[in-house]
Amino acid sequence: MPVISTKAAIAAALLTAFAAAPAYAAKTLVYCSEGSPENFTPALNTTGTSFDAARPVYNQLVEFERGTTKVVPGLAESWTVSDDGKELTFKLRKGVKFHSGVNGFTPSRDFNADDVIFTFDRMWKPENPYHKVTGGAYDYFNDMGMPDLLASIDKVDDYTVKFVLKEPNAPMLANLAMDFATIHSKEYADFLLKKGTPEQFDQIPVGTGPFSFVNYQKDAVIRYKAFPAYFEGPAKIDNLVYAITPDPTARYAKLKKGECHVMIAPNPADIAGMKTDPAVNLLSQPGLNIAYWAFNVEKPPFDKKEVRQAFNMAIDKAAIIKDVYQGAGQGAINPIPPTIWSYNKDVKDYAYDPEKAKKMLADAGVKTPLDIDLWWMPVQRPYNPNAKRIAEMMQADLAKIGVNAKLVSYEWGEYRKRMQEGEHTTGQLGWTGDNGDPDNFFFLLGCPAARKGGQNLAKWCNKEFDDLITKARTISDLSERTKLYEQAQVIFKEEAPWFTIAHSVVYEPTRKEVVDYKVSPFGRHEFYGVELK
Amino acid sequence: MLKLIFRRVALTLPTFVALMFVTFVAVRMVPGDPIEARTGERGIAPERLAALRHDLGLDQPVWKQFLDYAYGLLHGDFGVSIVTKTPVLHEFLILFPATLELALCALVFAIVLGIPAGVLAAVKRGSVLDHSVMTVALAGYSMPIFWWGLLLIMFVSEYLGLTPVSGRMDLINYYFEPVTGFMLIDSLLSGQEGAFGAAVAHLILPSIVLGTIPLAVIARMTRSSMLEVLGEDYVRTARAKGLSPLRVVGLHALRNALIPVVTVVGLQTGTLLAGAVLTETIFAWPGVGKWLIESISRRDYPALQGGIMLISAIVILVNLIVDMLYVAINPRIRHG
Repeated sequence: MPVISTKAAIAAALLTAFAAAPAYAAKTLVYCSEGSPENFTPALNTTGTSFDAARPVYNQLVEFERGTTKVVPGLAESWTVSDDGKELTFKLRKGVKFHSGVNGFTPSRDFNADDVIFTFDRMWKPENPYHKVTGGAYDYFNDMGMPDLLASIDKVDDYTVKFVLKEPNAPMLANLAMDFATIHSKEYADFLLKKGTPEQFDQIPVGTGPFSFVNYQKDAVIRYKAFPAYFEGPAKIDNLVYAITPDPTARYAKLKKGECHVMIAPNPADIAGMKTDPAVNLLSQPGLNIAYWAFNVEKPPFDKKEVRQAFNMAIDKAAIIKDVYQGAGQGAINPIPPTIWSYNKDVKDYAYDPEKAKKMLADAGVKTPLDIDLWWMPVQRPYNPNAKRIAEMMQADLAKIGVNAKLVSYEWGEYRKRMQEGEHTTGQLGWTGDNGDPDNFFFLLGCPAARKGGQNLAKWCNKEFDDLITKARTISDLSERTKLYEQAQVIFKEEAPWFTIAHSVVYEPTRKEVVDYKVSPFGRHEFYGVELK
Repeated sequence: MLKLIFRRVALTLPTFVALMFVTFVAVRMVPGDPIEARTGERGIAPERLAALRHDLGLDQPVWKQFLDYAYGLLHGDFGVSIVTKTPVLHEFLILFPATLELALCALVFAIVLGIPAGVLAAVKRGSVLDHSVMTVALAGYSMPIFWWGLLLIMFVSEYLGLTPVSGRMDLINYYFEPVTGFMLIDSLLSGQEGAFGAAVAHLILPSIVLGTIPLAVIARMTRSSMLEVLGEDYVRTARAKGLSPLRVVGLHALRNALIPVVTVVGLQTGTLLAGAVLTETIFAWPGVGKWLIESISRRDYPALQGGIMLISAIVILVNLIVDMLYVAINPRIRHG
């Protein structure tokens, strides 16, 4: 008898296994992502992949409106800035729930000021019990200069928090909308500490966001489900799935077959096909970034403005955009992308004119053939898909005006370090915006960054320019700041410390049944508000 | 037999120590360091870099780091990944079932097709069949994996619509928690209708892609080994005795011809278990190959060292099993 029943059980199992009717379904949106997150705490991470993985679960005090760089209320319903610009007071939203039932945790209270204080203390105060958990390297908190800017963060009452700054800083608000400022549950942290498993805090996330975490299988899949008690109303999809698919061709094949609905980073070669694919909506937006070629003004002949201008005229930018970016880029004129407020449309780019460039070099007393080095970055970025190819094209253009450019590159860490030390004569790099504030780009050209080891790779320090951007940083009036930044862009173009190469164009293919997906200028992927037809 | 096993196991110990040392030194000779590798355009202040290096113990002399590592290994501690901060052994154990499942399926595909193809080619030596088998085998051996994988995806998945594109499971229609890490088993355990079929469907293309080279090698090796054996006196005797061709080939010739084939299968198994980076990347297969490559680019020393040590242990174990199989197939080796 037992033999028969075992056989019957196997037969039944096989029958059900091969039958086609699926059990799990509902409205499930699958996003084909490109890699695995390091963990689920944005404060610990630096990659877009990790931020994207944590985002469905969490909120910040203030947030970027989906698809824009505009700062809007998040967990704080309103805020005020003191007259001296040194105090930001946030009124917190009431009745915000944390996810319940994840990792055995049931919250006993709503979100309040204690969660805000805990979140920032973890990054800031070594005595916080979570400070060293999961390595404790809070790169963005430090990189955005928060320890130098913050004097204190005070709980005024359960629903009021005051950030006191050491000096006025207009971009601070936008900083708080960044992923690193994601608000965590203090109660969950205490719960895990008591259980003796604090490291789970960063592996199994509990937040206030539109989706609660279900499961993560390394290198394969991350699952979330809609959080019915989300303070802005439940999501329009039931389940959100990240299918980790590293190869872009496979991602596109999955999109075509309906195995995923949204995909990241298509192959430039596939863009043309996507435009005509009836199953696909190809969305695009200019990226919040810039690729540039910096001239080290500390090394002759680049100490002369005329030489830098001549180099700007010697390079055929249009050919680079066509050949290297293949439609996924636009020529850059200013040091900030056109999507950022305060972009000065009146600034004109140098026209490609090798003859004039040659003459200007001669007028500036430069003897040809001139030997320079031209550094190209060893990594691929959306703003610069092939730095070596760009360097080779520049090399060919420069040869026409009597300049011999020697191509140089190093391993990434070494490359960046040496350029920051100012070892190069000329070199390529770029920048991707963090918070949508112009200061987040302009600081790259400021005098403090021109020091040895600093991020101003042209080592260019122009007092007039620096005064403008320093002043703009401290005032909160938007129109006044805009005027200052517009002037700064005029000085930048005239002084030409960089040859501005390009801003990338970000393409995001989605399936036709996906409704209201918005491409983020930050390259974020957000699914709250998205619907499936 | 026991003595032989003991001798072989004893021989692997120095191999391990040498491997540990070479791996440790080699990963540190790659330019760059784990902290700088994760730093973007902004770079990192020297003081912060020094502090983070100190936290990871990277400021210690290399010999001390090595001794610490060796001490940890002796206690079964493979260290903690610098990137994810989870124990290396834990990460490996999550990923390895996927690699093993795919490797076994690829191997079954290669053996089931490769040995009969090789035998047929040898028996029909010089025929159209022989030439066809050998041409296909040569093509399979020379095929760039990446191209082959994408071609199959485009043709079989996209054009014919017969298989899913990539991954291990249909994510829209099924959800169950992993129990064993083997999708074929987990899908059965889940009891969800159609889940097992979906798991099988997801295995087809990656198994073909990964099994193509072993298939070609096995077919060619079986053919040449069979040709050699078919010319032997005892095969002629067997034929002269009037045994049926099937008995002669299948029983007398094949058993002896299999010895070099087993060697090849063993070597191929080792290669497959080390993870198939390209196949795993194209088919979004969460195995150890891709993990190791990412560990190199992130300079995740503990993950890289631990991963290599664990894979080596498995490869050595497989080779040991292959050696034992020889003895089973050919008793002469026992006395050799």
